[in-house]
Amino acid sequence: MIPAAFDYVRPSTVDEAVAALVAGGEDAKVLGGGQSLMPVLRLRMGAPSVLVDCSRIDELKGISDAGGAIVIGAGVTHDDVEKSALVREHVALLAKVTATVADRQIRHRGTLGGALAHADPAGDQPGTALALGATFTIAGPAGRRTVPASEFFVDYFTTAVGPDEVLVSVSFPKHAGWGAHYERFNRTAQAWAIVGAAATVRMDGGTIAEARVALTNMGPSPVRATTVEAALVGVSTLAGIAAAAAHAADGTRPTGDIHADPEYREHLARVLTRRAVAAAAGI
Amino acid sequence: MPHHISVTVDGTSYEADVEPRQLLVHWLRDDLGRVGTVVGCDTSNCGACTVLMDGRSIKSCSVLAVQADGSEITTIQGLATGDEWHPVQAAFKECHGLQCGYCTPGMVLATVDLLAENPNPTEEEIRDGLHGNLCRCTGYNNIVKSVQHAAGLMGGTK
Ligand SMILES: Cc1cc2nc3c(=O)[nH]c(=O)nc-3n(C[C@H](O)[C@H](O)[C@H](O)COP(=O)(O)OP(=O)(O)OC[C@H]3O[C@@H](n4cnc5c(N)ncnc54)[C@H](O)[C@@H]3O)c2cc1C
Ligand code: FES
Ligand code: FES
Repeated sequence: MIPAAFDYVRPSTVDEAVAALVAGGEDAKVLGGGQSLMPVLRLRMGAPSVLVDCSRIDELKGISDAGGAIVIGAGVTHDDVEKSALVREHVALLAKVTATVADRQIRHRGTLGGALAHADPAGDQPGTALALGATFTIAGPAGRRTVPASEFFVDYFTTAVGPDEVLVSVSFPKHAGWGAHYERFNRTAQAWAIVGAAATVRMDGGTIAEARVALTNMGPSPVRATTVEAALVGVSTLAGIAAAAAHAADGTRPTGDIHADPEYREHLARVLTRRAVAAAAGI
Repeated sequence: MPHHISVTVDGTSYEADVEPRQLLVHWLRDDLGRVGTVVGCDTSNCGACTVLMDGRSIKSCSVLAVQADGSEITTIQGLATGDEWHPVQAAFKECHGLQCGYCTPGMVLATVDLLAENPNPTEEEIRDGLHGNLCRCTGYNNIVKSVQHAAGLMGGTK
């Protein structure tokens, strides 16, 4: 279908983008890579009055080393995130998770910032941002603010980004040397994750010294499996990993849908967490 | 309000005024008459509309024509050199990589993009690399063979 008519502006700075959102009022919408928005517009599930195309704002484009963290512009494409040497070295989990998002064509256009701002419960990257303790820089009419991941994801498709705000960048604390693995379960090649488990671990000899575990699609917003993380410290065997992973579904609120009922999702969370941790730890 | 765009399509420069809501695929088909690029879905899934934008594969149903401003687009109609097929086109013909042919423009361009990055892909890499393109006819096996054959024609070792 053809989208309903809208106006279009293409700012070249973040300030211009915020001004355009303010001028556009409530029905103005940021256009990132368009890979979630375009299907919505084509199916006429949304009809914004004006699209503020942020894809040509230089400030949103870079990946930089900020000492203790890697800062990724909201407008960096999935393809560039996945292939970045900085990301692969310091935030390996994000690179691995991003490689599983959609297909090549969509990864060439879709952006990290768009995926995080969209906050689809089945999206692959939000959990990783949560578990790694990412911080989000958001620009609005009152200036810029920084929001921790624990406050960024609010609910289904809802984040801390207001209607007149632009997500500028996401800062990921460095985890160089940590093993990383993502396990994602789906039935067909193009499907979104029914459940996903992302794990990254710091090894000390053959023992897990620290772990971060994120779950995809186990509730309205991403889940960090903190009970599993704590139980993994000091573990050096597959049996130990399985015992820790048995807690993966603790405290989660997965939905039931045509793909899986909540109990099956809980089962998947435990199995996928065990596999992801074992692969990340090389155990 | 229409927006002015300058886009190079298959080597020819175009200037046009487009409505913001016009999808790139509709501009190519309806305004430029380049109907080799087709539409197969409303959900950005099928990949039939795949073209190259500045050398990388994209789904032209999921990009606005205004967003293509300043870019270089390659469609299936810009791949051959005169009467000579592009090696990927030749390989699809040789290996019977198509039946009805509806998915083929997208499959061919997705293959060109894949081989540019990975000149000698394994079968698994081919299937993963083309998973944004659906085919309702072939069962994919001959498509995989076509990609392997194209890799050989283009200098890979398979
Ligand atoms: C067929 C298909 C399969 C897919 N499969 C997967 C998958 O398996 N896993 C997965 O995780 N994702 C998947 N996706 C989604 C894909 O990852 C999208 O690229 C991503 O969700 C949105 O990024 P975008 O840049 O295209 O955002 P857009 O579509 O441009 O925008 C999405 C939303 O975010 C807002 N937004 C965008 N950028 C900003 C910003 N800088 N500041 C504030 N708000 C902003 C927009 O206003 C909009 O509400 C799939 C998409 C399609 C079409
Ligand atoms: S027409 Fe189906 S993905 Fe573009
Ligand atoms: S040949 Fe018919 S859809 Fe692929």
